[in-house]
Amino acid sequence: MANKLISEMALPKSIANIFAARNLLTAKDVLSLTEFELMELLDVGLAEVTLAVAQVSAIACPPCQTVLSLLEQRVQDEYFTGHLPTRLKGLDDVLCGGIPFGVLTELVGPAGIGKTQFCMKLSLLASLPPNFGGLDGHVIYIDVESKFSSRRMIEIGVNSFPEIFHMEGMAQEMAGRILVLRPASLAEFTESLQQIKVSILQRQVKLLVIDSMAALVSGSLAEFSRIPIVVTNQVRSQNCDEASQYPFQGAVPSMVDDAVGNRFDSHLVPALGIHWAHAVTIRLVLEAKSGARLIKVAKSPISPPIVFPFNITSSGILFTSDVGIEMTGPQINTIQNQGHSGILNFSS
Amino acid sequence: MDILRMAVSATQRGKLIAAGYTSLSSLSSISPPVLARDLQIPESEASEILKAASQSVRLDNSNGCHAIIAGAQTAWDMLNEEDTSRCITTSCADLDNILGGGINCKEVTEIGGVPGIGKTQLGIQLAVNVQRPADYGGLGGKAIYIDTEGSFMVERALQIAEACVEDMLEYRGFLRKNFEPCHVSMQPKDFLANIFYFRICSYTEQLAVVNYLDKFISDHKDVKLVIIDSVTFHFRQDFDDMALRTRLLSGMALKLIKLAKKNSLAVRNLSPFAGCSLESGDDQVFKWFIPFIPCLR
Repeated sequence: MANKLISEMALPKSIANIFAARNLLTAKDVLSLTEFELMELLDVGLAEVTLAVAQVSAIACPPCQTVLSLLEQRVQDEYFTGHLPTRLKGLDDVLCGGIPFGVLTELVGPAGIGKTQFCMKLSLLASLPPNFGGLDGHVIYIDVESKFSSRRMIEIGVNSFPEIFHMEGMAQEMAGRILVLRPASLAEFTESLQQIKVSILQRQVKLLVIDSMAALVSGSLAEFSRIPIVVTNQVRSQNCDEASQYPFQGAVPSMVDDAVGNRFDSHLVPALGIHWAHAVTIRLVLEAKSGARLIKVAKSPISPPIVFPFNITSSGILFTSDVGIEMTGPQINTIQNQGHSGILNFSS
Repeated sequence: MDILRMAVSATQRGKLIAAGYTSLSSLSSISPPVLARDLQIPESEASEILKAASQSVRLDNSNGCHAIIAGAQTAWDMLNEEDTSRCITTSCADLDNILGGGINCKEVTEIGGVPGIGKTQLGIQLAVNVQRPADYGGLGGKAIYIDTEGSFMVERALQIAEACVEDMLEYRGFLRKNFEPCHVSMQPKDFLANIFYFRICSYTEQLAVVNYLDKFISDHKDVKLVIIDSVTFHFRQDFDDMALRTRLLSGMALKLIKLAKKNSLAVRNLSPFAGCSLESGDDQVFKWFIPFIPCLR
């Protein structure tokens, strides 16, 4: 919308010619100048400028919809009203059906905690036919650190859905729907982004996974497509600067003490920092505490802050309890890595 | 030379000066045909120039009839206006108390906070609450929700609407003791039908929608609340020219304030918060933006 051409906007001839003469070719060019700057540049009166800007704005503005029509559209057109079920019952309940379409869901946690396992399971789920609860589509898996293992994915598939994977040729078909990209650098990834956008619209791609985002930083992908996009993020240790929190987070003294006590245990923060944190809609924090792995719904507009314990088995990620524990306060955002080295050997 | 202050284009100004009209008073007694002949322009253009001149004069003129300065309002009138103005409840009694009843109309209110703290939740709550009838803390109007981050979730809005309906039914029980309530009961889906949703993907679209709001609101006179979630998201990245960014942001802020005053709306900006201690210089965006919104609550 920002790049809509002025020449295609059916403005009055005189003003359209003047815009072209001054090299203001797109809506973005026109709207980036204030009205007085435009008056100066184009040498026309204020009234004309105001009218032209109003017309350009009306055309460049995205269409309006009532929220009710959005809801009805999704119920009608989209699978599970726009969610990809993860088969983890507690998480699906809390996320109103599963990983939502059209927004960025982030998995963040220390190395070896289970992010790639989760992503592989999701890729498999998206490729399944609808009668088995999948999205029946292709998956684009952007594997930045070469951690994707198709052998492991088939193992997950065979153990989770034996009835499908033992059928003739199904394993090949499902694995055939998962397209793995291994960009070597940010530049390479950005180049292939355009191609990815096109293929999302054309080739029935139903899920995009980026593992991991810390190695690549990208702008906005989620808005233009109604598919779930899952990214993973790494952790880094906290600088001393960040240890000082915002002045208005004072709160009750006893809570502050607790927070101080805990804060120095957890020196880990998501690698991409706060700018990235604004861009994601749902953040799932995976962490290890006293040897147990936990997945926390840390940021979500549709769920309360809730924690589920999980394990990694041969069939992927499984919750040990489908009833989560609600966790209020700042602990929901912290990332712990205690007792983790003891569980790095996958038991199955 | 007060000609320079007139809102006319550079060519017109140049012609005026070349023809010898250097002050506004020299234009005050001239008729359009005479001016048109002097400047060699069509008569319609000449009358436009004279209209612009008389507007500038009116602003300077200290011989106004009622007010000493045209366009000013006495503090007493403003007090009466404030007393009678309505608020939108936030559904949190303590917050309503601090704000003096709720979110005020004719003002821009800004909510800032770290990611995940609840700004979007408050935004959705207000979009639902504005639709409540006046007795229940709303304005009985519709809402516009401008979403720049994609964090608006339809399912959550439905949950909040359902809770609102329950809340109103419970409150009706209290009201019944004094007098019969006269509102028509609303269903949760009716609440959703009254929220107009715009999904913005770039700063150009954000500027376009703010410009377009004026027309949209004049077509939909029952809109009482505009929520922008969030104002600074698209201005944080991709901007090399910091001066341009400041100009655009402050221009947008002024347009929103004007919109709020003109249409008696409440405008809510949800700003993502960047802590002062972080690494990149982009945090400066938020700090510059705050001082440019004069009537901040």
